[in-house]
Amino acid sequence: MGSSKSSPNHFADEAPQHEVAIAPFWMAEFEITWDLYTLFMERSVDSFQKQGVAGTEVLLDVDAVSGATTPYVDMSFGMGTDGYPAIGMTQLAAVKFCEWLSAMTGNFYRLPTEAEWEYACRAGTTTAYSFGDDPTQLDDYAWFEANANAAYHPVGEKKPNPWGLYDMHGNVAEWTLDAYAISTYQARKGKTTDNPFEVPTQTYPRIVRGGSWMDAPRHLRSAARRASNKKWKQRDPQIPKSLWWHTDAPFVGFRVVRPATSPSPDAQKRFWNYNTQK
Amino acid sequence: MNTFKEENSRRVFIKTSALATGAMFAPMSMNAMVHGFGEKKLKLALVGCGGRGSGAAVQALTADPNVELVAMADAFADRLESSLKAIQEHFEGEKTIKVKEKNRFVGFDAYKKAIDKADVVILTTPPGFRPYHFEYAIAQDKHVFMEKPVATDPAGIRKVLETAQAAKAKKLNVVVGLQRHYQQKYISLLEHVRGGAIGKIRSGQVYWNDAGVWVRKREAGQSELEYQMRNWYYFNWLCGDHILEQHIHNIDIANWFIGDYPIEAQGMGGRQVRNGIDHGEIFDHHFVEFTYASGAVVSSQCRHQPGTMSRVDEVFQGTKGSVTLGKGVIEDLEGNSLFEYPRKWGEDPNPYQVEHDRLFASIRSGGVLEDAENAAKSTLTAIMGRMATYSGKKITWEQALNADLQLMPKAVTWDTTPPTLPNAEGYYPIPQPGKTQF
Repeated sequence: MGSSKSSPNHFADEAPQHEVAIAPFWMAEFEITWDLYTLFMERSVDSFQKQGVAGTEVLLDVDAVSGATTPYVDMSFGMGTDGYPAIGMTQLAAVKFCEWLSAMTGNFYRLPTEAEWEYACRAGTTTAYSFGDDPTQLDDYAWFEANANAAYHPVGEKKPNPWGLYDMHGNVAEWTLDAYAISTYQARKGKTTDNPFEVPTQTYPRIVRGGSWMDAPRHLRSAARRASNKKWKQRDPQIPKSLWWHTDAPFVGFRVVRPATSPSPDAQKRFWNYNTQK
Repeated sequence: MNTFKEENSRRVFIKTSALATGAMFAPMSMNAMVHGFGEKKLKLALVGCGGRGSGAAVQALTADPNVELVAMADAFADRLESSLKAIQEHFEGEKTIKVKEKNRFVGFDAYKKAIDKADVVILTTPPGFRPYHFEYAIAQDKHVFMEKPVATDPAGIRKVLETAQAAKAKKLNVVVGLQRHYQQKYISLLEHVRGGAIGKIRSGQVYWNDAGVWVRKREAGQSELEYQMRNWYYFNWLCGDHILEQHIHNIDIANWFIGDYPIEAQGMGGRQVRNGIDHGEIFDHHFVEFTYASGAVVSSQCRHQPGTMSRVDEVFQGTKGSVTLGKGVIEDLEGNSLFEYPRKWGEDPNPYQVEHDRLFASIRSGGVLEDAENAAKSTLTAIMGRMATYSGKKITWEQALNADLQLMPKAVTWDTTPPTLPNAEGYYPIPQPGKTQF
């Protein structure tokens, strides 16, 4: 995980490169689209839960899951909805989507940890990108600054990575569970860390991965990290600012993971409530 | 009808500045000595302590280092206290916000007491109250920031228009939260349009289509008046319907870009999806055709229906090309791009902050910002649209302006009976096109 100082386009916060051991999990092939996210926002299919759910990992009344408020502005900013990635949600909102999805399906879903995200993005590779080191090939795999025409694109239009995951590089950057801390990688130096997770204690900064349609190739690298910032709510005209929307982060979305072994109900709850959002 | 103000156009601003030679500056600085506040502390009062009012207070307190929040007013104590807490939390570690308990005023007459304590006031209650609060603030010689819309009925509009004249005569600054006027993208595209980039505007489409807003359910023990005040979005005397409350932003852009106000409106609307017991009396969609004296026709659509296409935007077609404000693009008649406003997410100044920066700078320098008249006329444009969709009839500007229509009670106390009441099942009368007068 991370990258060495000698690797091209390395950022200081990617060092030291270190080993992690990751428990098995499934990851969504695509970024969560507006089609899915709107079902959570509008809570228009919740009644189907009463007819029974397919999975057995989660026992949770969907009515107990808090819901995102309706935004005051069109959060797709005219870039498209059906088939396009959802954007601008806070990490809290992304986490609550996972809780809602779990209640609706009976299977346990959550955001990936930063380590899980990078593991899935690399898909066994050690190069800058999952297709190699050459950024000139990026156009085949990713939407980014040079080819996106100033907007996100429908998910799954570019080539997937070796494990079949689409848009891990670019399109929209993706929320992970972890806090962003300077000391994180340093503490894992020279050893193998099992299922690392930098548990957040504050709202900001938290980790976003993969780069977006707004970014240069360097920021789309498998190791590149980005920290969330309260400026992502700068234009929210209300005080207190929305818990659910980042009016100034049209580049951030997410995808979900499902651990192969579902944790206990208490541990599930912790994954959905690592939020001290103001 | 041709009194359209252009004070927010940078083109006009630059022209005026270029003309303002040294000879102009001397009287301006004398003016500043008489009317300006120089470096003196400016006392701020917040009237209407919802999320937007609290946001505006934070922006005012950020705009100028020497502003102090001295008084707050709201109909409800819980709203006032949570607002103060949110403002304090926003500035945690930067500065201390204190409002003396005796200067936190609650009730329907609270606004007067808060306004009395201040030099600058923020008026952000539900819009029905705005004309009365604005009138009092100007009568007491206060500078004003107020949110849109500025009234819910023609009687209120007439009061705001009169008060706007009084404010002008007193050289008081009035800024209205039609923040697109303070947004660099809009100012830049307007310059191109005024410069002739698309020729003369012949038609346009303006949109506020999305899923809708919050609902506050009736709670046990609430009087009818308290329920309506808490769930104010759904009651016309307080809100004016969403064609005013939100869609005014887009309708106002049509007026601004065309440089005039429409002569008539006709349209249709109704409530098909949002028609539950918590949804008061407002429509969930309106579609209005506004016709201007030049012959230009603007289609205005606003919809609050979950699961439908979202679009908040303005588009205009001229004799030489078109402008799309959302994308920030000007094209010729063949669709070739003539100008694209650079997409600079988060880099342009935040217009909600700029409107306060400009207000306080103007107060300090003895300038006069006069947003109220345009805000009243754009609000009236939206009211004219609502009158058209409620009645199903064509409504002219003169009819709208002079209509004997007052939704807002002359005075409101906790004993006031709201102007609309539910039936035995809890539902309110809904406007019926073809039957409702307007």
